[in-house]
Amino acid sequence: MNLNALWAYANPKKFIQTTEKVLPWVSVLAVVSLIVGLVWGFFFTPDDYRQGSTVKIIYLHVPSALMAINVWLMMLVTSLIWIVRRHHVSALAARAAAPIGAVMTVIALATGAIWGQPMWGTWWAWDPRLTSFLILFLFYLGYMALWEAIDNDDTAADLTSILCLVGSVFALLSRYAVNFWNQGLHQGASLSLDKEENVADVFWYPLLVCIAGFVLLFIALVLLRTRTEIRARRMRALLARERMG
Amino acid sequence: MIALLIRDLRLAMRAGGGFGLGLAFFLIVVTLVPFGVGPQSDLLARIASGILWLGALLSCLLSLDRILALDWEDGSLDLLATAPLPMEAIVTIKALAHWLTTGLPLVLAAPVFGLLLSLPAPGYMPLVVSLLLGTPALSVIGTFGAALTVGLKRGGLLLSLLVLPLYVPILIFGAEMARRGVDGLDYTTPLLMLAGITCGTIALLPFASAAVLKVNLR
Amino acid sequence: MGLNVSNLTIARGGVRVLEGVSFTLDPGHAIVLRGPNGIGKTTLLRTVAGLQPPVSGRVETDPDSIVYAGHSDGIKATLSVAENLQFWAQVFGETDIETAIAAFQLERLVTRPAGGLSAGQKRRLGLARLLVTGRPVWILDEPTVSLDAEAVAMFAEAVRAHLRRGGSALIATHIELGLPEAYVLEVGPYRAVAAEVDDFDEAFL
Repeated sequence: MNLNALWAYANPKKFIQTTEKVLPWVSVLAVVSLIVGLVWGFFFTPDDYRQGSTVKIIYLHVPSALMAINVWLMMLVTSLIWIVRRHHVSALAARAAAPIGAVMTVIALATGAIWGQPMWGTWWAWDPRLTSFLILFLFYLGYMALWEAIDNDDTAADLTSILCLVGSVFALLSRYAVNFWNQGLHQGASLSLDKEENVADVFWYPLLVCIAGFVLLFIALVLLRTRTEIRARRMRALLARERMG
Repeated sequence: MIALLIRDLRLAMRAGGGFGLGLAFFLIVVTLVPFGVGPQSDLLARIASGILWLGALLSCLLSLDRILALDWEDGSLDLLATAPLPMEAIVTIKALAHWLTTGLPLVLAAPVFGLLLSLPAPGYMPLVVSLLLGTPALSVIGTFGAALTVGLKRGGLLLSLLVLPLYVPILIFGAEMARRGVDGLDYTTPLLMLAGITCGTIALLPFASAAVLKVNLR
Repeated sequence: MGLNVSNLTIARGGVRVLEGVSFTLDPGHAIVLRGPNGIGKTTLLRTVAGLQPPVSGRVETDPDSIVYAGHSDGIKATLSVAENLQFWAQVFGETDIETAIAAFQLERLVTRPAGGLSAGQKRRLGLARLLVTGRPVWILDEPTVSLDAEAVAMFAEAVRAHLRRGGSALIATHIELGLPEAYVLEVGPYRAVAAEVDDFDEAFL
């Protein structure tokens, strides 16, 4: 595939036209896989021999935690694209993704707290993973606040992109600093390429479906929000043009 | 570059706010803590190093918005941008001036305030060293935040929201080093991590600050 | 070293304001920009000074030859007049501030803190800054704001002396400066025409 053809989608018009067709399919797929994954996970898997039925919150907790990090990574990539190639859609996609990422982070934190209460006997512990997510949430808040605070769209895109780059470095540093600061209660990663370390197959397949559902949900939401941002941006441009006369 | 540094220091001295305000705020934080947690000296001794680090961090935060905002308002930044100084040098000098007027006094005052909080004797040395290593990074990161928010009317609160998460690694390693010092443990690891982060920050972040400032001057 | 601007298009806040601006400023000459408020004179000057990038077109000059003076003078209220000038002289690698003080008749004010000056005196100090930089191309945005007739004449004389030394000046102003030798450039005809609304492409404007 010719990679240059990909940049055509960075044109707002082309983006709107393409997503018009794609969005319904993605949305339907997201809903279907979420329903299948969650129903399968909640009602058709056995209880864990140690954790009982509480383990089932994994179907919300793991996908949202994954997305919380991946959304930030996606923002990092789109910010870089904006800085290097200055495609407006890219900057607007980063802006559109931030609140979704923040909500994913909150879901991960909330489900973690609900899971932690019966398991560890506490809603919150200053465990490295939990703390890292809290810090990640603060980064999302700062990023969104900066977008909101600046009137000029291009200036805002430039500044938030650089903040995203710098923030990524410091978020990574914080992750290691927090690890050093406190040894945690949290179990190791639930997912890894090493099959032996994974959760058992009965939990594993519905979890995969749920993760796919969350990814699709994110794609649907980010497309929808980017379309909104593009239209809002165009509206502001038209208003500015009108004022100019 | 020296001229800019001297001017900034002179301005800080004449305007009054520079040296005094941060220190006074630091003192107030240290004074208020015993009111909040109680006067037992064994409790205070346990949390002293953490309180001193937090106090230093907050005092540093207090004066960040002044790093660039004043020069922005009176047009000096526009003129400096067209002067034969690279923007990276300007933001580095600004950060250095901020550290000399805010960070360094905090480092020097920390042992005195440590007395107030019954900081155990072995804790003084690592506390001062950790602050000496950490506060320059606080100023450099703060300058980045100030550059991000320089054009905004109500930038102060936003500045805190942007800068504080970036302070996390420095606070963790700095306070950890001070705490290990108090407990008489080996603090080489946090010392090296803190020094590494500070060096990396000073070396790289001015490029980001300069880029941000150029965008804001457009 | 002159200044050559060719086919320049500039934008303010993402909106194109002037397009196709071309002119050449040779050593020893001055250009006065005229046009109604909001047409984009300040944006043009800032673009030429290198503070913001043009949308298209080129500004050919040596960036180290330009000194810019905007609406604000960059004066620190707590520093004295002499300290303010000394600072800018040092930044630009110069030492002489006496000539500038004499040219704008600031002798009696040198030890006064700049915060105590009147608006007109501050402006004179801001203009004196141009002289201490030792740079040949002056880019001035409304340099005569709050100056009285006498000070305007002082300014015109300073510009004339600058031109005689082989310098040049690009000045945006609304009033008569008393510089008959300056070439007057009306920017009105360069006003940007909005593109067709259907023509949204990569950019939004």
